[in-house]
Amino acid sequence: MRVEMFTFLLAGAICLGGALGVVLLKNPVHNALSLVATLFGVAVLFVNQGAYFLAAIQVIVYAGAIVILFLFVIMLLGVDRETDEGREPLVAQRPLAVATGLAILGLSLVALLSAGQRATGDKADLAPLNQPGPDINHLAEVLFTRYVYAFEITAVLLTVAVVGAVVLSKRTNEPLIDLDEFPEGTVVDVRRRADDAKAQDEVDADAEVVAVPDTEGDPQEGGDD
Amino acid sequence: MFTLTETWYLVLAALIFSIGAVGLLVRRNVLVMFMCVELMLNAVNLTFVSFSTALDDLGGQTAVFFVLVVAAAEVVVGLGIIVAIMRRRQSADVDDISLMRG
Amino acid sequence: MTAAVLQNVLASVGGLPSIEFSSVAPSIILALGGVLLLTVVSVTKDKLPVWFPAVWTISAAVAALCTVFRLWIRVGKWGNLSLISGAVGLDRFSLFVIGTLCVSVVMGALLLEGYLRREDLEGPEWYVLLLLAAAGGTTMAAANDLIVLFIGLEILSIAVYILSAMHRRRMSSLESGLKYFIHGAFASAFLLYGIAMVYGATGSTNLARISTFLADNVITQNGLMLGGIALMLVGFAFKVAAVPFHQWAPDVYQGAPTPVSAFMAAAVKTAAFAGMIRVFVLALGPTYRDEWRPMVLALAVLSLLVGSVMALVQTNVKRMLAYSSIGHAGFILVAVHSSTAMGTSAALFYLLSYTFMVMGSFGVVAVVGRKGDGHHQLSDYRGLGRIRPGLALAFTIFLLAQAGVPLTAGFLSKFYVIRSAIDSGDTALGVVAMLAAVIAAFLYLRVIVAMYFEGEPGDEVAPVKVPAAVSVAIGIALAGTLLLGIVPDPVTHAANEATAELVAPRR
Repeated sequence: MRVEMFTFLLAGAICLGGALGVVLLKNPVHNALSLVATLFGVAVLFVNQGAYFLAAIQVIVYAGAIVILFLFVIMLLGVDRETDEGREPLVAQRPLAVATGLAILGLSLVALLSAGQRATGDKADLAPLNQPGPDINHLAEVLFTRYVYAFEITAVLLTVAVVGAVVLSKRTNEPLIDLDEFPEGTVVDVRRRADDAKAQDEVDADAEVVAVPDTEGDPQEGGDD
Repeated sequence: MFTLTETWYLVLAALIFSIGAVGLLVRRNVLVMFMCVELMLNAVNLTFVSFSTALDDLGGQTAVFFVLVVAAAEVVVGLGIIVAIMRRRQSADVDDISLMRG
Repeated sequence: MTAAVLQNVLASVGGLPSIEFSSVAPSIILALGGVLLLTVVSVTKDKLPVWFPAVWTISAAVAALCTVFRLWIRVGKWGNLSLISGAVGLDRFSLFVIGTLCVSVVMGALLLEGYLRREDLEGPEWYVLLLLAAAGGTTMAAANDLIVLFIGLEILSIAVYILSAMHRRRMSSLESGLKYFIHGAFASAFLLYGIAMVYGATGSTNLARISTFLADNVITQNGLMLGGIALMLVGFAFKVAAVPFHQWAPDVYQGAPTPVSAFMAAAVKTAAFAGMIRVFVLALGPTYRDEWRPMVLALAVLSLLVGSVMALVQTNVKRMLAYSSIGHAGFILVAVHSSTAMGTSAALFYLLSYTFMVMGSFGVVAVVGRKGDGHHQLSDYRGLGRIRPGLALAFTIFLLAQAGVPLTAGFLSKFYVIRSAIDSGDTALGVVAMLAAVIAAFLYLRVIVAMYFEGEPGDEVAPVKVPAAVSVAIGIALAGTLLLGIVPDPVTHAANEATAELVAPRR
């Protein structure tokens, strides 16, 4: 029991630290690495509760595939630098978001802690956990009997995802056609112009300081590298 | 003194879920927003497994499989949309790709 | 050796479940239609005529519709069934919803056919995703298990996220896809967390077992159950775009390719409401209706009022239709709120007539959007009554139907909803619904005035071309809207028969 408690505290701390890292760190690569920490912590907690097979696929699928996919996209698009989180696009968005988060937390805690006995459901409705043999066998039995329909329709879900990935990442050289609906330019252009004007003002104000405007390339061009 | 019950796990999951939700609302970087969705789904996974242990029932563990599949499918499509957008706009900031107002 | 192992395994689990494929035939036809279309097109690259994918899609949807009628008769003979280990509920409620979804696939494919040609977009992928999305929706409508319901919802949602982002030459389309995705993923997480809590509280994800568990046991400390209900409701409210979870809808409807907006308004709403009714009215209705009804009431009232009022101040017709769809969601929520058989059949009738009305409206919008899909301001509709009298007349009828004018489907659907509210003792809610309908009527009149009484001859920006396929779609929608208003009896009868039932799975 003491070992389990120790493991829980350690893994729980890793989980929370990772989750906070995802939200608070500025660099997307650091965010992705923090996500790995959380995923790993959750996997440890799975082991702690005897869900060995799930812990394995948690590491393989989440850390091995999903986070790698994230990192791949970050590198592909070259957005692995710190992003500007200073401005608030909507008034008081951040306090509102934190309030919403606290409300969600409050709701879930009230829900989870209200009863003396937490899980009020039927015991072992489907199949008990502690049967002889490795847990992967029992999971497979349940998967191919009670959940067989859910299992089959995940095939459709994966097909949709594959078709979507192929269609969306197909390269196109055709120019955008809806820019003339926004006569003053898109938000990017407006902001860039404002930045340039500000840089110009700084140059005017202090001739010794040469402000170099950010040269990130024209957002209007096709941008297919 | 303290015994480790499923409540501990459930509270931890609720914390992760809330952190993910706040992150989704405050962060402006789309990639980080997706990571926050993953945090929320992981919290759900942890909840399922904890209830599964508490109820001595395999159903919760089986549900985690399907959450995994859904998470993978969502990430693939979400990242596909981001790649499609960023081929046009070199920015990962949701505000920079906001054309529609009102 | 392997056979012996298999024997042992089978003995230990009490045999394999029998999978009655015929009971999920509509879903199979739609999904298989999508996958086969993908295969056929990629094998015979560029050798097929342009119309092939659209015709294929429509055939698949019609075939699925035929199986719906066969199953309808079968259910009449054998009663409601719970099949495939209790994961699928075969009842007339789900069949009605599946039929509605098939109708929206037919019209969606027709709209897409005209749209893709005009916009020079290639790709049978649009139709593939349309079919797969519909397969997800049908799965959801027949789901008797929360996990199956969730996966069906995800198939539908993910396919529609992709569809919204697929007009790659319009930045607003890409942006709408992203926005829909982020909100949708957020909603899914909430729904899933709710499912997890309900699982903890009841010990099962099967709706029939949840229902019997709640009937047999009184949970004294039911915080977990209430939390689960609230979180699931938030998830569904996002999907049906109910206020205050509606912020995504106007932007997404505006930015998405117009046929996709149409499909989103019709099919996604239909499937999400079907899921909502299955979970809340069927599984939780008998035991927990006093707990969830106030929450649904708040959503309904807010959606009705905010949807109608906000629609009035829009100048973009697609945004206007988006807000009006929020108002319509409010009406259907009123029907859900009554939590009776009458409410369920009112919701079904409403969903079918809304499918016709909104598909027709967006069909006209798609055509008036002209090449580039960018002319959606109210000013672009000036003088439409003079240039294109037929199109303007059709749009007028759709708008009047949405406003609830008699002799159209809209009147009866609103009437049934309000009747169900008053029948369950919520006269005040009925009055709010009527008030919202009156406010919304002004909005529709604004568009009609713009079409007939504004604009000088000769100030048209570009000619409006109506492709043949789109005119067929508008014709179907028009026929549906008027027939449901004038001779509603067969459909009303079917909707009344389409009561759902949770049958416990055989174990």
